Amino acid sequence: MRRLVASAVVIMLACGGDSGGGDTGGGTAGGEATVAPLGSGTITGVVNFTGTPPANPSIDMSEEPACAEHWANAAVDPVVSVQDGKLANVFIHVTAGLPAGPYPPPATEAEIDQLGCLYSPRVIGVMVGRPLKIVNSDPLLHNVKATPTENRGFNRSQPREGMSTTVTFNKPEVMVPLECNVHGWMKGFVAVVPDPYFATTGADGTFSIGGLPPGTYTIEAWHETLGTQTAEVTIAEDGSGSVEFTYGG
Amino acid sequence: MRRPSVGPGAWWLAAVTAVLIGAPPGAWAQGDADAGKAVYDKWCAGCHGDNGGGDGVAAAYMLPRPRDFTRAVYQIRTTASGALPTDDDLRHVIDNGMPGSTMPGWKSRLSATQRDNVIAYLKTFSRFFEEGAPEPEPVSVGRPPKVTEESLAEGRRLFIDELQCNSCHGDAGRGNGTSAPTLTDDWGFPIRPADLSRNWTFNGGGEVEDIFMRMRTGLDGTPMPSNWDIVESEIITEEQLWQVAQYVRSLSPEEVPRPQDVIRASRLEGALPDGPDADAWTDVRRYYVPMVGQITVAPRQFVPTVDGVWVQAVHNETALAMRITWDDPTASPDPEWDEYFQGLAQVLTDVDGPLEAQGPDRLAVQFPVQATDGMERPYFLGGDSRRPVYRIMWTSTPDGIVEGRGTGLTAFRSNAGAGATHAAVFDDGQWRLQLTRPLVSPDTTLAPSLPSGEAIPMAFFASDGTQGGGDVRGSVSAWYAIYLDVPTPRRVFVVPVVAALLTVVLGMVVVWQAQAAHRQSGS
Repeated sequence: MRRLVASAVVIMLACGGDSGGGDTGGGTAGGEATVAPLGSGTITGVVNFTGTPPANPSIDMSEEPACAEHWANAAVDPVVSVQDGKLANVFIHVTAGLPAGPYPPPATEAEIDQLGCLYSPRVIGVMVGRPLKIVNSDPLLHNVKATPTENRGFNRSQPREGMSTTVTFNKPEVMVPLECNVHGWMKGFVAVVPDPYFATTGADGTFSIGGLPPGTYTIEAWHETLGTQTAEVTIAEDGSGSVEFTYGG
Repeated sequence: MRRPSVGPGAWWLAAVTAVLIGAPPGAWAQGDADAGKAVYDKWCAGCHGDNGGGDGVAAAYMLPRPRDFTRAVYQIRTTASGALPTDDDLRHVIDNGMPGSTMPGWKSRLSATQRDNVIAYLKTFSRFFEEGAPEPEPVSVGRPPKVTEESLAEGRRLFIDELQCNSCHGDAGRGNGTSAPTLTDDWGFPIRPADLSRNWTFNGGGEVEDIFMRMRTGLDGTPMPSNWDIVESEIITEEQLWQVAQYVRSLSPEEVPRPQDVIRASRLEGALPDGPDADAWTDVRRYYVPMVGQITVAPRQFVPTVDGVWVQAVHNETALAMRITWDDPTASPDPEWDEYFQGLAQVLTDVDGPLEAQGPDRLAVQFPVQATDGMERPYFLGGDSRRPVYRIMWTSTPDGIVEGRGTGLTAFRSNAGAGATHAAVFDDGQWRLQLTRPLVSPDTTLAPSLPSGEAIPMAFFASDGTQGGGDVRGSVSAWYAIYLDVPTPRRVFVVPVVAALLTVVLGMVVVWQAQAAHRQSGS
């Protein structure tokens, strides 16, 4: 459990925000100010889910007791993760309106963990060229396989607890799927984006993207099964905008 | 003690050497892509598709599917996981084919220039091979250590305890690990782990250097990962990775089995083995009988699990016993494999109607009902009305056999036969079946008697219920023959002894005479 907390902290640091903010870091919790923010505007928002969410599949981990023990109750694959009508694991990024780059990536590693035979976090954003460290915290074999189409994939074996593999992706691609073939249920998603303006919704469905100059932006929300939605947001000189996405219903 | 030989698998060593001594400039694009298109369109597009998408007209009948060149994801590489292949990597596959798939080798069919041109052309299907880009570099590899009993034991330990290869490949390496039923390739098609005890079916070659390279770089596009991070992390050494490769090599026979036309059943005095795992089978010679998918009579089988069986036979005064052994990951039907079956059912929809449910595994052996004259045999697919066959048909669930007359794969009628019996064992991805039958048939209109001293035609059929196999959808062999050795006449044992004695006596006579002559002349 301590490891879970530790890796969660790492991820929050890496993502530079309490609900998974962008790679800018500047001025937010990350402190990795490798990229000077272009402005001080912030887009905040929430992703709602109305109606009854589809049931998530349960996972039979009987072949892997070390993973089964990690979960208090029977393991469930959190495909659609809804709490109080708010949807988690939605990737939010700015698809239009940004000043032309390039935006240099942070040199620090982003991190994704394999814990209890699930990816943690399930959805992660990294900038093009930023190292992504993929850690195995389970005492058993995982293979980490990425099947992108814009980038080159890979498939590497991590048979020991504590092993890690660090990779970088060189082209923007939303999403690069991750999978483990030993545990066919394991699915992860890496969004590779050319700029630092992205976030992933937390358990409360909220997100925040900071460091933006005034302007009008197209924001896209991506969910692995529910699809994408877009919205326009204008940030005025005083520096804030908000947006709401709604799935389901 | 097996010393894996450096066979054709050393091709990549040549590739490494070529790089070390400096490949000629421009080697990355030496073929003529325009000329390659003509070759491709004629010989490759039927399976790989006009635009290289792996979607040619024949693709629907294949599993694994033909390579989709548009993603530039290649299994057989000497380059790191995710890297592009070298030209030599591509040439290796074109030359030698992929024995675990329907891809044949083209070395004897196309000229070297044609093959170079095809390589240049198929690279145009993907933007990853950009003109002017540097050719990917082969990984460096050391030399295999010496194989000893201890190193093979260490290889086995690493295979199971450290690398956990058995998760997919199974403890005995027969492709029946716990994760095996859920595997798909990068295109979502069901895929099975290699049966590591049949190295002649390995896509990249079956020698220890090939196996090492596959473990080192992975088979991109499949679930098989690169096992190099564990060496880079200094958890195991490169030498230990070689030991795993050597252990895997040791799971297959030293030589690729060569089919023999005639399977000899030696003569035993006394009782026949009482089951397929009886000790008596250990020393009986085994014969490999290759099989192919039955693709003549609907429903056909284009992607058979069983591509060969091992056959052993012995007889005594009254009966013949045959032991038939073959690898199959499952004792069908097996609910654990439902996911694989469902995947197969979705993929093979174009092939003679839907796969509806898993069934039992099956094996059948057939003989002509009537003695054949000359080379003429009944139709190999279950006989026909002019020349029927006598078949013994076994199913796994329920475990039983029937005997009867076949006049085609779809026309079989059970009858009293000749009183055959059986015993079957399923063990860690392998079936072992013993069929026993009296030599003399009580009714030769139903079943032939099995005389000693002559070649009796015999052929096999097998199917895997997890693939929706049945009496027709399965694998078939050509006609082979079984030959029951005649009892050895007593004179075979007496004559050599008498001859030896006579030789000794004659020799002594010659020596005695010579000595006598010597004494006479000396006196």
